[in-house]
Amino acid sequence: MLREAESESHSIPSPLMAGRARYSAMQRQGPRPKNVTKKDAAENDDWVTCIQRIRENEDRQAFERLFGHFAPRVKGFLMKSGADEAMAEECTQDVMATLWQKAHLFDPSRASAATWIFTIARNRKIDALRKQKRPEPEDLPWGPDEEPDQADVLALQQETTQLGKAIKNLPEKQKVLIEKAYFRDLSHSEIAEETGLPLGTIKSRIRLALDRLRHAMK
Amino acid sequence: MTEQIKHHLTDSLLMAYSAGSLPEAFNLTIAAHVSMCDECRARLGAFDSLGGALVEGSESVEMSAGSLEAVMERLKAPERPAEKPIYSNGIVPAPLRDYIGGDLDAVRWKSIGMGVKQAILPTSRDATARLLFIPAGAAVPDHGHRGTELTLVLKGSFADEVDHFGPGDIEVANEDLNHTPVADIGEDCICLAATDAPLKFKGLIPRLAQPFLRI
Repeated sequence: MLREAESESHSIPSPLMAGRARYSAMQRQGPRPKNVTKKDAAENDDWVTCIQRIRENEDRQAFERLFGHFAPRVKGFLMKSGADEAMAEECTQDVMATLWQKAHLFDPSRASAATWIFTIARNRKIDALRKQKRPEPEDLPWGPDEEPDQADVLALQQETTQLGKAIKNLPEKQKVLIEKAYFRDLSHSEIAEETGLPLGTIKSRIRLALDRLRHAMK
Repeated sequence: MTEQIKHHLTDSLLMAYSAGSLPEAFNLTIAAHVSMCDECRARLGAFDSLGGALVEGSESVEMSAGSLEAVMERLKAPERPAEKPIYSNGIVPAPLRDYIGGDLDAVRWKSIGMGVKQAILPTSRDATARLLFIPAGAAVPDHGHRGTELTLVLKGSFADEVDHFGPGDIEVANEDLNHTPVADIGEDCICLAATDAPLKFKGLIPRLAQPFLRI
C-alpha cells in the first residue's frame, strides 16, 4: 500500500501497517518454549517493549536504546547495499526518525522489531539509491479495536529468534548467498540461478514463521 | 476469493521483492497479487523476517557524533497527520489504484488490434507494467519472452498452453514459454502484466507494430 503522503519517502510495508492498538497485550507474559534461550527471547521482547514505550509515552530512553542497537546495524546494512558513508548515515537517521513517528503502526504479532526496521530501511534504500517508490500490498482490513493475541506475539518473536539462529548456523557459503540476495541487489533470475542458495535448508524455519504469520492474520 | 487462487509467486520472486531488488513494474505486480492472496502474504512475511534477521546480524558501523541528537531535533517538528489506508472497492487492489489514478473506469486504454487493448502504467523504465484488456473469447497473439513476464488476472479468466488462470492467479513466464493466452468466453479478461524485456511475437504484423506499441 502506498499512501500519497508517504510515497515520497518512508512508506511502511503493509503487513506491518495494521493500525491496531495492541500494546496492552504485551503486559501479560505467557510461558516460553524451552528451545529458545531466555536471553535471546528476552531481547526481542525488550525491543517490542521499547517501541511500545515510544508509542505510549514518547519515551526518549527507550528510543536511545533502540537507536544504540539498531542504528549502527542499519548503517552497516545500507553500506553493504552500496550506499556511501554519508548517504548511509543520512538514511539511517531517516529510518530511526520513521521508527519514532510510526511506532503506532508496529504490530508485534506480525513482525519482530528487527524485521520492521529492515522493511523501513529497505524502502528508504530503494528510494535513495534508485529514486523509486516501492508499491506495497494493500493492508488487511483489521477492525479498529482488534488486539493481537498475546500468544501470537510471543510465537512470532520466538520464531524470529529461531530464524536468526538458523541463519547464524548456516555454512559460510550459504550465508553469503542469502546476504548477497538481500544486500547486493541479486536479481530474482540470479537468485533462481544460484543453485547453492540454501532456500531448502532454511525452508523449515521459514515455513514455521509462515504458519505463525498465517495464524496471526486470521 | 483468496481460497480460489491456484497460481502463486515463486520463492525467488518473493525473496527479491522482500530484498527490494526488483524493478518497479515487478514490485507493483507482486504487491497487487499479495493484496489478493493471503498465502503469498504470509510467505512474504517470512522473507521479510529473513531480512530482519540479517539486519540484526549485520556488522555495525558507528553512527556520526551527534547523530542521535540530530534525529531528536528533527522529531520536534510537527508530524503530518496520518493518512487513512486505502482499500480497494472491488477488482483493483490499492497499490494498482495509485498507478491508474482511480478504478478501472479511469484507465486510458489504447487498442492494439483484434479488440485487445492495453494501458502502460508509469513505472521506471527497467521493466514495463501494463494493463491488458482481452475481450471474452479473444486471444493475445502467440508470443514468447526474452526475460520474465508476470501476468496477474484481475477480472475474468484466461487459458493458455500451461493452465487456466482466474482472478488473483499469477502466471510466471520465462524464456522457455511460448504461449497464446485466450480469454474465457463468459467474460472480458483484464490482467496486469509486467515484463523486463520486450515480448517476442511470432506473427509478422505484431512484430512490425512492436516498436510503436511498446509491447
